[in-house]
Amino acid sequence: MAHFDENAKPFSHKWLNERLAVDTLKRVLSTEYWIPKNINFLWAMGMVLAATFGMLLISGIFLLMYYQPNTQLAFDSVNYTIMSEVGYGWLWRHIHGVGASVVFLIIYIHMFTGIYYGSYKRGRELIWLSGMLLFVAFSAEAFSGYMLPWGQMSYWAGMVITNLFSGGSLHATGLVEWIRGDYVPSQAFLNRFFMLHVLLIPLAIIGLIVFHFGTLRIPHVNNQDGEEFDFDAEAEKWKAGQKKESKVIPFNPVFLSKDVFVMGVYFILFFFLVFYNFEFAMDPVNFDPANPLKTPTHIYPEWYFLWSYEILRPFSTNIGLIAFAFAQVIFFALPFLDRSPNVAPASRRGPFKYWFWILLVDMLILTFMGKLPPVKPWGTIGYVAAVIFIILWIALPFITKSEKKL
Amino acid sequence: MKDLKILGIVVAFALILYYGVEPFAHSQMHKHVEFKGFKYKDLKDIPKGDPKKGETLAASCAGCHSIKAAGMKAPMDAMASSAAYGVNPPDLSLAGKMLDEKFFANFLVNPAKVTKSKHFAMPPSAGSLQDAADIVAYFKEVAKKAEETTETEAKKIANEKVEKLKKSGIKVSDSQSKEIVSKTVKNAKNKEAFVFACGRCHANRYGKWTQLGDVPKTKPDINTGVDLAKIDFQKNLGAYQIKLAKYMGKLPPDLSIIVRARSEDYLKTFVEDPQTQLPGTAMPRVGLTNEGYEEVLGYLESTGDPSKEKRESTAPWVIGFFVIFTLLAYGWYKSQWKGLH
Repeated sequence: MAHFDENAKPFSHKWLNERLAVDTLKRVLSTEYWIPKNINFLWAMGMVLAATFGMLLISGIFLLMYYQPNTQLAFDSVNYTIMSEVGYGWLWRHIHGVGASVVFLIIYIHMFTGIYYGSYKRGRELIWLSGMLLFVAFSAEAFSGYMLPWGQMSYWAGMVITNLFSGGSLHATGLVEWIRGDYVPSQAFLNRFFMLHVLLIPLAIIGLIVFHFGTLRIPHVNNQDGEEFDFDAEAEKWKAGQKKESKVIPFNPVFLSKDVFVMGVYFILFFFLVFYNFEFAMDPVNFDPANPLKTPTHIYPEWYFLWSYEILRPFSTNIGLIAFAFAQVIFFALPFLDRSPNVAPASRRGPFKYWFWILLVDMLILTFMGKLPPVKPWGTIGYVAAVIFIILWIALPFITKSEKKL
Repeated sequence: MKDLKILGIVVAFALILYYGVEPFAHSQMHKHVEFKGFKYKDLKDIPKGDPKKGETLAASCAGCHSIKAAGMKAPMDAMASSAAYGVNPPDLSLAGKMLDEKFFANFLVNPAKVTKSKHFAMPPSAGSLQDAADIVAYFKEVAKKAEETTETEAKKIANEKVEKLKKSGIKVSDSQSKEIVSKTVKNAKNKEAFVFACGRCHANRYGKWTQLGDVPKTKPDINTGVDLAKIDFQKNLGAYQIKLAKYMGKLPPDLSIIVRARSEDYLKTFVEDPQTQLPGTAMPRVGLTNEGYEEVLGYLESTGDPSKEKRESTAPWVIGFFVIFTLLAYGWYKSQWKGLH
């Protein structure tokens, strides 16, 4: 049993310290959590993501108070009740819709920052893997949320995506029905996706965020040059007042001050989109109520899934599914496929430099083609881009193995 | 400086991404239809009409239509009309204002051809283009009267509203009360335009409009919760909709949030000539004037995007907050990073 001072006033600093070790917590998690000084604004994307998730959570709580998970009522509860009867309901909805889209933009920036600076390597593998788990969880969260307004795109996207689980020639229709709870998307389907969206997946996301932060603590955050240094020694320098010489800064308040500034700029853009340009995040097709008898002319996912959709689409059913599965998991393998010992920005890494930019542009092309109807020439371009994507990943171990040690 | 360079690259990629998945994709997915300004150039020019002669000729219209502004009631109610024709013929009070005169006159001579709708219920109703022009001239006068009535009624309602506000102790300035009046008048006109142009085939449930008119205010029986009047209305509406669906091939869609489901450009060109956007559709060319279309659109925006005004008035406050927040954060950041390099 630890020692507790009988005279400590309840909730006084001493009292709390004896029970919660608040001083230690504060030191470990904030004032002596060391971040490299040699960073740019891209290092703030993690906090920007956390803040966006916070916006989604808060707006989601307000929407949840009026949303009706019922196939007869869902559409009007979103488009009428929330949009015109609930005070500022439109604001919460637009924050939620725009937030869901923008969060993926930031996730992709965050991911490509990690890839560019080699922040997934040697000691940082778990940061990458937990981040990828978060990506999957966010994808599931986005998809399940997209079902809820029960518009035409909700219904037909639900139909198409759940159909993927039939596994092409495997004809696993039983599995598809089990997932849907019915032969076609219906009440059971809506209810379970509602549960996933508001409970199970958010819980998983919160857990994964904590895990993601945890994986950062020991290897520490990477820096702009991939330089490896002794964090303890640099921290001592800082504490001794050699702030200029030290290569680190404390998370709070120094790193945080820049984060908050970047977040401010980000939120100006965010709310500009919420008020003046929200249409990109809310597909017009989804403002027609779900109609099982009428397939929309074009069915396409939201922009952030388009690249993987386009890896599925140009091939025959079975090959397409295999390519699609490959695209879903291959990013997880990045720390193990990259055989180079170098932790450095891509620009200094020989062929990897080209690999990085080709991957980025290729995924951009896949994204464009994923939304367009698969006719000439778009179908062909999409096919070539999908093949290039696969080749890039197969080539990765070879081109990184030949990389010279810096 | 390096930060700005990186920001430039990130922003460039984000903009390319946006261009590809939004403007570019939409330009490829939807065919382009030229908007012709509700001019109906494919139709014959019409001679000058004489409203006096038109009044006599228009007497036969009342065989099917009501003309409330001229004190003429419909010979049959909506249910009986839909049983006879498949659809309830419109009240013609506003026809002279809502319909382009060239379209209107040509329409009277050959409705099926001019509407581009193969099974249009109305038979040819004018012997010559001159007769048609006379009828149109008459309906233009009727429409003026109809508009005046709408305005007076709306003003009365608005003034009562202002009085009520004042009585309950709320201060209403002159400019505010003027705004209330002008808004009420505008809303009333927009709704009448919608009712004339769309309202017998399309419902608008967010505007509480059905093909049979406004949803009536009914009260359930207090002991049982049964609302017989509501059930009666729903039964009638159902019967009407079944007839309508038979006549049109399917039940025309509810237009509550059509302004968000279709682009502005699509709506405009579709209303101007439905066959261009949706070949084979049963929707007739309605022949609206530009002014008439704007009013219909005004009504559709009021049900489909009711938060527009609030959104525009809230935006500067929220964005202003974050601008100030960012400036303060910048100050904090600079003070924290001072002397670190």
